[in-house]
Amino acid sequence: MEDINRPKSGNRALGYFGESAVVDFLANRGTVIVDRNWRIKEGEIDIVAELPDGKISFVEVKTRSSMIFGHPLEAINSEKAHRLQRLALAWLAMHQSFGREYQIDCAAVILSPGGSFTIEYRENVL
Amino acid sequence: MTLGESLGVALVGLDGHLVRVEVDIADGLPGYVLLGLPDAALTESRDRVRSALVNSSENWPNRKVTVSLSPAWLPKSGSSFDLPIAIALLAAQSVIPEERSSGTLYLGELALDGQIRGVRGVLPSLISAHKYGITTAVVPQANAVEAQLMTEMKIIPMGNLRELLRWLRLDQRMKNDELPLPPTLDETTFDFSDVAGQERARFAAEVSAVGGHHLLLIGPPGAGKTMIAQRIPGILPALSRGEALEVTAIHSIVGGFSSRSPLASSAPFVAPHHSATRVAMVGGGSNLIKPGACSLAHRGVLFIDEAPECAIGVLDSLRQPLESGSITIARAIGNVTYPARFLLVLAANPCPCGKFSGRGRNCICTSQQVRRYFGKLSGPLMDRIDLRVQVDPLSRVELMASVLGESSEVIKGRVIAAREVAADRFRNDEWSLNSHIPSRALRTTYQPERPAMNFLHTALDREQITARGLHKIMRTAWSLADLSGHSRPNLTNTEQAFLLREGLAP
Repeated sequence: MEDINRPKSGNRALGYFGESAVVDFLANRGTVIVDRNWRIKEGEIDIVAELPDGKISFVEVKTRSSMIFGHPLEAINSEKAHRLQRLALAWLAMHQSFGREYQIDCAAVILSPGGSFTIEYRENVL
Repeated sequence: MTLGESLGVALVGLDGHLVRVEVDIADGLPGYVLLGLPDAALTESRDRVRSALVNSSENWPNRKVTVSLSPAWLPKSGSSFDLPIAIALLAAQSVIPEERSSGTLYLGELALDGQIRGVRGVLPSLISAHKYGITTAVVPQANAVEAQLMTEMKIIPMGNLRELLRWLRLDQRMKNDELPLPPTLDETTFDFSDVAGQERARFAAEVSAVGGHHLLLIGPPGAGKTMIAQRIPGILPALSRGEALEVTAIHSIVGGFSSRSPLASSAPFVAPHHSATRVAMVGGGSNLIKPGACSLAHRGVLFIDEAPECAIGVLDSLRQPLESGSITIARAIGNVTYPARFLLVLAANPCPCGKFSGRGRNCICTSQQVRRYFGKLSGPLMDRIDLRVQVDPLSRVELMASVLGESSEVIKGRVIAAREVAADRFRNDEWSLNSHIPSRALRTTYQPERPAMNFLHTALDREQITARGLHKIMRTAWSLADLSGHSRPNLTNTEQAFLLREGLAP
């Protein structure tokens, strides 16, 4: 039977599927989702969440349908890491939260041919 | 466990430092940091190790990998750390049993498919590791022969990573892993019977081999200078095991650039071209200080053909190793001392055009040119050359003679006998060759007979020889006495030694 949740085509759909999966995962952990796909000229933050201890968590989600091109998190190079830092500070500044404690998390969503997927969630990595 | 450890060796000259390779696998974005002053080849190890592990069906940790090579202050170079890094990575993932992987030394470069490739400096690395108390070493199959010279250690040659991991996990090895010691080498050397005539030069070569006296051959092109020089290693006694290890260790550092077999026990013969630079002659290099020609010729013969054609300073750079038997090279990364106790054989034409011998009929050189030519052989260097002989063009009679000259075997027999006499005489001293007798001993215990001394003192009074020359002649006289069976140099021995040194003096 075909998995109806699985994206049919396109990288954007794949990315959105992965992000939704991570949002569900975070919600199950008791994290409050504050913002999604926050976009400014410089780039985009996939998920902004507030942790139970009050910390803001910015989540970058990488979704891959195979490991042929390597591990998804390997795609986050130093340039991207720096951009995530700048974006995080920009978000805080624009939401009157500058100075609040924050962390940047990365999540890898790997789809397997059967339709199931795994989430690798790494906290506070940058 | 996310920490793993293994052992490697970093060479500085012939001295190795035991290097602890530590791997930490931490949570975080996938990344790889290599600490401990690696050079370019070592920095590239990341990609070799990764491919080799993946292609050997092992897991590459997609996490933050930190590799530290300790001691951190020591600059490390080369590809021999690939294998210890791979083993430490696997140990950090707890996929190999720790009891077998720790305490073992690993040397080897990894190919992308997991093969273990040969590296340089295996023997000196093993010798140093043994000093640190390491008893087991895994080496590349390609270096197995060289490694097995180190009989005090358990050597495990491995051809590829899978094979090594099978041994680590299951203690299983392929049948052909246990190599029998290869048969002794059939060393083809040149034979002295090929040299027609040249009695004087042959004799000088023999004396040179007996006492380790340096030799200068002067003669026109085609007279046989190179032939004679090439045959000197063949009349030197075979190296002892310790000496052979020493020589192989030096050649191992140069790696593939040296054609000498690791098992060779004959004296090495090194003949750098006269265009060689000072660094090529004495050794050098910025991040790996390599031995030069004079260290490669350690315990053997350093032959420089067309010596006066050498660039200014190249020959003189040999003066210090000639005196001390070793060379210390200082570079930014540190000082390295290589042994360099060699027999120096120089060859020169009688003049730039090469025809100024016999009657000098066709020579077109001016006397100025001839003087300038020999001026290249500086006084201080020439002072250290004990035997200077003329190699004359062959006459028709010598060339047509159907009786061959003495073979190297016969000459070698005499050399060994004479060296045994000397070794017996010096059994309580710290030197064993006549050329190494210190001048203090020459003035006391090892003085030639009375008439011989009178002869030398007369020569000194006439300013025919210097004080250093006097001592040099006495040393050569001892070699001649050993060859002729005298227990102490007599007048004939001494006169002959004088002629061998001063006969050609301009």
